[in-house]
Amino acid sequence: MVSRITHFTVNGKRVQVDVEPRTSLADALRYDLKLTGTHVGCEHGVCGACTVIVDGAAVRSCLMLAAQAEGTHVVTIEGLPRGQGDVLGPLAASFRKHHALQCGFCTPGILTTAHALLSEEPNADAERIREVLSGNLCRCTGYISVIDAVLDARPAYQNQKTVR
Amino acid sequence: MYANDHAEAKSIRVSVDMKPPPFDYARAGSVEEAVALLARHGDDAKIIAGGQSLMPMLAFRMAEPKLLVDIGSITALRSIGIDHRGATLGALVRWRDIERHTALSQAQPLLVEAIKHVAHYQIRNRGTVGGSLAHADPAAEFPGIAVACEAEINVVGLNGPRTILATEFFLDSLTTALVPDEVIVSVRLPPWKPGRCWGFDEFARRRGDFALAGVALFYDREQRRTVEPRVAAIGVGRRPVRLSAVERILLGRVVDPATIREAVAVGTESIDPPGDIHAPGDYRRALLGVLLERALAKAAGLNLSEVA
Repeated sequence: MVSRITHFTVNGKRVQVDVEPRTSLADALRYDLKLTGTHVGCEHGVCGACTVIVDGAAVRSCLMLAAQAEGTHVVTIEGLPRGQGDVLGPLAASFRKHHALQCGFCTPGILTTAHALLSEEPNADAERIREVLSGNLCRCTGYISVIDAVLDARPAYQNQKTVR
Repeated sequence: MYANDHAEAKSIRVSVDMKPPPFDYARAGSVEEAVALLARHGDDAKIIAGGQSLMPMLAFRMAEPKLLVDIGSITALRSIGIDHRGATLGALVRWRDIERHTALSQAQPLLVEAIKHVAHYQIRNRGTVGGSLAHADPAAEFPGIAVACEAEINVVGLNGPRTILATEFFLDSLTTALVPDEVIVSVRLPPWKPGRCWGFDEFARRRGDFALAGVALFYDREQRRTVEPRVAAIGVGRRPVRLSAVERILLGRVVDPATIREAVAVGTESIDPPGDIHAPGDYRRALLGVLLERALAKAAGLNLSEVA
């Protein structure tokens, strides 16, 4: 199969990948762009670990071909807002405070999902957060601490200046 | 040590295995271009839009197309129009577009309610109405709504455009009336009458999973009596089905507890759901009865305790 060059933006940087058409966006991010923060779990759209943000919307990067990313703006876990130096971004800080992760495999997908959600809906309530995160499987936490962490990160998104 | 890891990471690309079978990829700039590509490649080509059904099929190698024709950039297919002829959804309208559309919840309340049950947040951000119709999963919500509402599916092929009634579109599990060179361009739901009574309910083991069974129904009233009842079920057969036996019970009646009990008895008898790893057939039959009862009670504004 003829490989195909695809141009898009990742975390604000213009990139191009030259991959087989069947390559998923997840694999292109991990293997070609070395952005291994995006984790691949089930590879068929069930677990949510590979969630990235494409043109502002959280999507499963295993259910999207790299070729379909042409011209889009992709944000991965590596591109989420963070403070100066070693200071964590508001979501990551809140996840640490609330012990919202254990093994951490699902965490990139949960953080990108929560970031997309709070960017669009900074006032999302616990029920909405729970509904949205139903698309992310976590076998460690039991989700309670995850919901608490996302709720607690909302003020940073309600005051947009701090996360832009 | 880190330098070694990095060197390994660099070399890993050549040996990476991929779940999907190899295929070529073409991006269609227009519907005509997509049709031409389909016509040239026949059964070997498949349309991809949001990819939320096709990508898992490819990962499992349940589909092995030689060519994927991407229609995702034909932006004209992503419009939502509401007028006196009803609501017309372009094939590329995503679930999130329906959720966020301000006028649709008034114009098509049954549709909007059902769409809340479609998969998960991330999938709703990419999944399309055209893809759901073309994929034709018997448990999917949108095909069920299309059948209940007697939607018209507009397609374009080598022989030009044609309109297929949703009630004649779904032939079998994952099988539709589309011929290989046809592309879905839009679907039209007829106008929603003011004051219409309706209900939707489904049950899945986890939120966002495919329903084990689901019911979509509506009817209008003249002097409290039911006219034009429409009742459809998903997940209980090889395609979304109309429960015409239930519609016959409802027609001309007042939907009261006795009518609902009768409708449930007739409805559960009228289907023969297959069993699979998720649930035996008898379970789905019983479940359909419960969902039918709930949806009818909701439509009629009754408490379930009044029905039982």
